[in-house]
Amino acid sequence: MSVTSLQPGLSTLEALESEGIHILREAVATARKPVILFSGGKDSVVVLHLATKAFWPGRVPIELLHVDTGHNFDEVIAFRDATVARLGLRLRVAKVQDYIDDGRLRERPDGTRNALQTVPLLGAIADGGYDVVFGGARRDEEKARAKERVVSLRDEFGAWDPRNQRPELWNLYNTRHLPGQHVRVFPLSNWTELDVWRYIERERLDLPALYYAHEREVFARDGMLLTPHPALARRESEPLVRRVVRYRTVGDASCTGAVESPACCAADVIAEVAATRITERGATRADDRSSEAAMEDRKKEGYF
Amino acid sequence: MTTFAAAPVAPDSLPTSLLRFATAGSVDDGKSTLVGRLLHDTKSILADAYEAVERVTRERGGAGVDLALLTDGLRAEREQGITIDVAYRYFSTPRRTFILADCPGHVQYTRNTVTGASTADALVVLVDARHGVLEQTRRHLAVAALLRVPHVIVAVNKMDLSDFAQAPFAGIEAEVAEHARRLALAITMVPVSALHGDNVAVRSERTPWYAGPTVLDLLETLPSADETERAAAGGGWRLPVQYVLRPQDAALTAEHREYRGYAGQVTEGVVRVGDSVVVQPSGRRTTVAGIDTADGPLTQAQAGQSVAIRLADDVDVSRGDLLSSAIDAAIAVRHVDAHVAWLADRPLRVRDRVLVQHGTALVQALVTGISGVLDIALPGGTLDSSIVPGDYLALNDIGVVTLLLAQPLAIEDYGTHRRMGAFVLVDPQDGATLAAGTARAAEPGTGPDGYVSI
Repeated sequence: MSVTSLQPGLSTLEALESEGIHILREAVATARKPVILFSGGKDSVVVLHLATKAFWPGRVPIELLHVDTGHNFDEVIAFRDATVARLGLRLRVAKVQDYIDDGRLRERPDGTRNALQTVPLLGAIADGGYDVVFGGARRDEEKARAKERVVSLRDEFGAWDPRNQRPELWNLYNTRHLPGQHVRVFPLSNWTELDVWRYIERERLDLPALYYAHEREVFARDGMLLTPHPALARRESEPLVRRVVRYRTVGDASCTGAVESPACCAADVIAEVAATRITERGATRADDRSSEAAMEDRKKEGYF
Repeated sequence: MTTFAAAPVAPDSLPTSLLRFATAGSVDDGKSTLVGRLLHDTKSILADAYEAVERVTRERGGAGVDLALLTDGLRAEREQGITIDVAYRYFSTPRRTFILADCPGHVQYTRNTVTGASTADALVVLVDARHGVLEQTRRHLAVAALLRVPHVIVAVNKMDLSDFAQAPFAGIEAEVAEHARRLALAITMVPVSALHGDNVAVRSERTPWYAGPTVLDLLETLPSADETERAAAGGGWRLPVQYVLRPQDAALTAEHREYRGYAGQVTEGVVRVGDSVVVQPSGRRTTVAGIDTADGPLTQAQAGQSVAIRLADDVDVSRGDLLSSAIDAAIAVRHVDAHVAWLADRPLRVRDRVLVQHGTALVQALVTGISGVLDIALPGGTLDSSIVPGDYLALNDIGVVTLLLAQPLAIEDYGTHRRMGAFVLVDPQDGATLAAGTARAAEPGTGPDGYVSI
């Protein structure tokens, strides 16, 4: 069979961009009140950028929501706020700290707060009256996410039922839900980490500087390089060293590690990611290492 | 520790094309192993993921690496050793980028297999060389025929367990060829051992009698559905309107305050500025005044592209309408005759009320007839001639259904207009997705309400 006679079609990035825009438009058109989960991390930056394209020449008709663990990197929070201001959007911040202060949540013995985000997330979704919640999750990140639909129904408890997902046919996305339920929508479902970085390069998207090489005092634990933080006590046996590092993900500072890297622009990162032999979350997320089904269990409880 | 060479990366200057494919087959035919093998041999498995699988295999008393564990991502799946829902995996070779939907084999989860196959450019169906064509094989071939998956690759697996002998392969080949002919499917057969990698990504020396391509060769060279559509000369174009872009006070610049564009994804053909347009279902006519994107205007847009269309005249257009080329124009109908794959636990009966989601439209419909059910056990026959009388559809049945729509929709023949012939049925009460439908062309005639039926 010959394919030589064909006109050039869409490149992989063009196809993924068009698919993402289609998903965003479809979900917003059927939403009562949509919201984008926006942390300032690279995936949420790409989702927001797709939204600016989907609704051009108008402003993005979607509010933003961030669940702040209180342990986020200052640079990322500053980047988040600058982006929101630049686009003239409305950001709602749900703070884990508020929930701890009034007793609705208790600090975990290990000090990490990633698992504590679910309650404030569901609270903010209810308070905001949001029925369509966009996230930047990608199926290539993790094997439970590899199973999730683009449009994923959540019940009154925000829970995902992986054994009873709706069929999702062609590009006909079903966002219907009952009062009290909502849908999570993942426009980057079919993107890989490499696609995200190629897109960031192609679109010249700004990111928090943490994603690129910088010198930093770190200590090693479980094969990860961690930054000292009030919520992350360094042990005697873990000496502080200066290293040139970058972050592959910028989650909660208490459980997100850096990798040694000289990559100082998107093109360098693309070369690095293309050659890497360790998965994104395996390299940098302590919370996903805890068990083989850690992500599945968190998602069933309403996690992102 | 196992080490790998980095997967070669295509230079960015060369746009790599995208192929979506799905895997299916009966339980224990080795689908997940084949997927693991493809990922492994294209160097798409990262070291930590590989080591995790190695560790779990060992913990379960196995030896080596159980490649199936790479894709069975749910706890229940690993516990039961079966695939329950579609797992999507991503890999690339220097020639192409792939989105792989690893589908369940068990009959109970056929609806998930339909999900995975609906977007596929190709379907890889596994058959155990020792067992040949089973009921689930026939069911999956029927699903491929229903969805008109452009290419079907039948991988006859576990050839190592029959000493790579040609005779069992030839027997299965003859049986599959008969099904293919009757279901009008384009099928290529490949003898493989997913466990050992023979003819998956690497040509096997143990099948000297087989001169054809490997599974990966086929996946790298088969045209995708979009590519095939582009190659089909002439024809019209379609764009279901998703959203009316009318920013007014929310305009980013003053010049766009009065902007009005119709946002959507081109589902087929090529739309060009200046083209004559028919808006369905209203039938109003106008012209394409402009094609816009956030990156600037275009002179044309092709299938798969998300754009905004400006129209020359101030016609009434809203979400759910279809913009269609005036040449080879879409026609709105109120009676639909379709194949329906029923995916819900409760049955579908005549006089049931459902919602039809088609393109960007959602309309009420009444089931006016169920004229038959596909009998999977009937050997051969076309999708139509294997239909036996029936008056309801149960879970995983494929049947022939007629619908009366509350409002006309431009539902077209699925065989010639894949995107515009596809629809889903939705439960009007709880919003659940009930069925996949593919509209069938019939002799065009004028229905009792003045609309042309298909």
